[in-house]
Amino acid sequence: MHNSGKTKPVYTRALDLKKGCVEMVHGSGGRAMTQLIDQLFVAAFDNEFLRQMNDQACFQSCNGRMVMSTDSHVITPLFFPGGDIGSLSVHGTINDVVMSGAKPAYLAASFILEEGFPLADLKRIVGSMAKAAQDAHVPIITGDTKVVERGSGDGVFITTTGVGMVPEGINISADKAQPGDKILLSGTLGDHGIAIMLLRENLAFHCTLESDTACLHDLVANMVTTVPNIHVLRDPTRGGAATALNEIAHQSCVGMLLYENKLPILEPVNAACEFLGLDPLYVANEGKLIAICAAEDADNLLATMRKHPLGKNSAIIGEVIEDTHCFVQIETSFGGRRVVDWLSGEQLPRIC
Amino acid sequence: MKYIDEFRDGALAQKIAANIAIEANQARSYHLMEFCGGHTHAISRYGIVDLLPDNIHMIHGPGCPVCVLPIGRVENAIQLAQIPGLILCSYGDMLRIPTANGVSLLKIKAQGADVRMVYSSADAIKIAQNNPQHQVVFLAIGFETTTPPTAVVIKQAQAMDLTNFSVFCNHVLTPSAISHILQSPEVRQLGLLPLDGFIGPAHVSTVIGSQPYEYFAEEFQKPVVIAGFEPLDVMQAILMLIRQLNEGRAEVENEFSRAVLPTGNMKAQLLVAEVFELRRIFEWRGLGLVPYSALKIKSSYAEFDAEKRFQIPELSIADNKACECGAILRGVKRPQDCKIFGTVCTPENPIGSCMVSSEGACAAHYSYGRLRDNNTTMQKN
Repeated sequence: MHNSGKTKPVYTRALDLKKGCVEMVHGSGGRAMTQLIDQLFVAAFDNEFLRQMNDQACFQSCNGRMVMSTDSHVITPLFFPGGDIGSLSVHGTINDVVMSGAKPAYLAASFILEEGFPLADLKRIVGSMAKAAQDAHVPIITGDTKVVERGSGDGVFITTTGVGMVPEGINISADKAQPGDKILLSGTLGDHGIAIMLLRENLAFHCTLESDTACLHDLVANMVTTVPNIHVLRDPTRGGAATALNEIAHQSCVGMLLYENKLPILEPVNAACEFLGLDPLYVANEGKLIAICAAEDADNLLATMRKHPLGKNSAIIGEVIEDTHCFVQIETSFGGRRVVDWLSGEQLPRIC
Repeated sequence: MKYIDEFRDGALAQKIAANIAIEANQARSYHLMEFCGGHTHAISRYGIVDLLPDNIHMIHGPGCPVCVLPIGRVENAIQLAQIPGLILCSYGDMLRIPTANGVSLLKIKAQGADVRMVYSSADAIKIAQNNPQHQVVFLAIGFETTTPPTAVVIKQAQAMDLTNFSVFCNHVLTPSAISHILQSPEVRQLGLLPLDGFIGPAHVSTVIGSQPYEYFAEEFQKPVVIAGFEPLDVMQAILMLIRQLNEGRAEVENEFSRAVLPTGNMKAQLLVAEVFELRRIFEWRGLGLVPYSALKIKSSYAEFDAEKRFQIPELSIADNKACECGAILRGVKRPQDCKIFGTVCTPENPIGSCMVSSEGACAAHYSYGRLRDNNTTMQKN
């Protein structure tokens, strides 16, 4: 963003985006902060709303139902194979918005920066956010920046908020699963969590594993077009598929039966989980969704999902059953049954 | 996963299950104890009980090192960790065990104590090297499997002249625990605990070998089949035990021959013998005082013995009255027989140690098996 050439910038020297770092003055509300916002954030996110330089973004609303969601991102490390905290913060919130079947419209972004954080890294993160937002056609239209003393943060924390519009006739909610429904999963489990874990623990495997972080808006748009009567959508992030399914089971007062043999899991994820003592069902995903629909719609929905690049490994992984205890159970590869319980304790902190 | 998938083959499991069903004598029942928490976990995780006929009963044994540590020793560790400037290191599950008043290492960590989770004893000695101004104590627990690595770091600390490192030793011995169970009045006289045979430890046996179990087979006429921790290992061991019992044999057999030798790992045994000696008596949670069932650090390594350095007192603290961990560890009760199971005591808020570790009988049943307590939910389709 440039001040349209009409007014003179309040600063004279450009930000040192190569060697500079975040200083307390960048959050003080003075010239330095204006410069950081101008040269870094507005330049990257550039759109008509931001250019107005108001404390809020003003936009037209629609007549129908709107959804809103917010998500804070505190992941460590900030950069990982397949993405970084920037792209993750855009994908995470857009995905939460579209799990209602909505078309995402706008994003807001709020940054907490730690004193001393390299501006070059910040530029990389902001660039990655801008690209993710652009790819999803969802502009970041307002934001905020705060700086905390060295030691009071961990580089950068990003909170994003998104709004979207729900198309007419779509009514997706986690309390709508019904006995007899089929449970679909859009791809392999645990890629994000394990990619992060391998990086943190310095474990070298003979293959590179990337986070699956991705925006699911396009996949969801195709899905609701084919089957408008999808009952439930949820992205299994923290706590993994097991946690998401337990939440849905409780919200809908139903049980679930999964088939271990049907769960799509990449070989290196399986191996790493074995090595680290983790269960892929509890490992975080950032580009996957769980869909629940009536049995008669399941094949149609599965075919649509598989046609999309982000759903090519989709599978029907189980079904909704009647159960007053709301247990999620799984038929093991041995043919026995066990509970797939809520995640207990902390499996992997600071994952998103 | 090569070398692992072979031991989790569902089709093969069905074949073994079919053989078990054919060979198990309908006229009798079989009460088999899996000693190790690793076996308990595999049985629950793969739903193996569903593959067994009704007359085969699996009894969970005391082989979960986190579960058998008495509360007094946990209290000792908590007091140690509250010494200003001291860094206490231990394995993850240890941090969650609550004492009688609900305090755990994790809770005092949140309040500011320097408690660190480590994956191995080597991590603990590294922390000591990197923090020369702090006393670093490694809270060592476990059966024969984790004892050699503790011996290694004690020797390393001596070689490096580390003056800020010590070990709070809580290593215990498997054969003494098995003897204690077999000699308990519940098994010998009262008949409260029918016990026909044992699935013998996997990893422990790689260290001590299969010979130490010969005594049980001979003296108590109970068959022992040493088995790996993979689910097919467990299935095969159950079949082997049934065959022994049907034929009236009581022998030590080794299903885990890919890792266990009759004499075990001599190098590890020598290392342990060099650094540790037997305690005359040690308290086990559930089993009470068991003679010659644990190890202490030899006087030649006394400078690395946290019990001596910090003059750790002997504390004996009774379990919560409602908690049935003791009876569950002896195999006399099942987790679901405990009144507070799943209500007051859950993995999020464990009262007893069996609910803490994923190898604990209560945690395994709660996390994987409790749907069997409500028959209505077992829908077949």
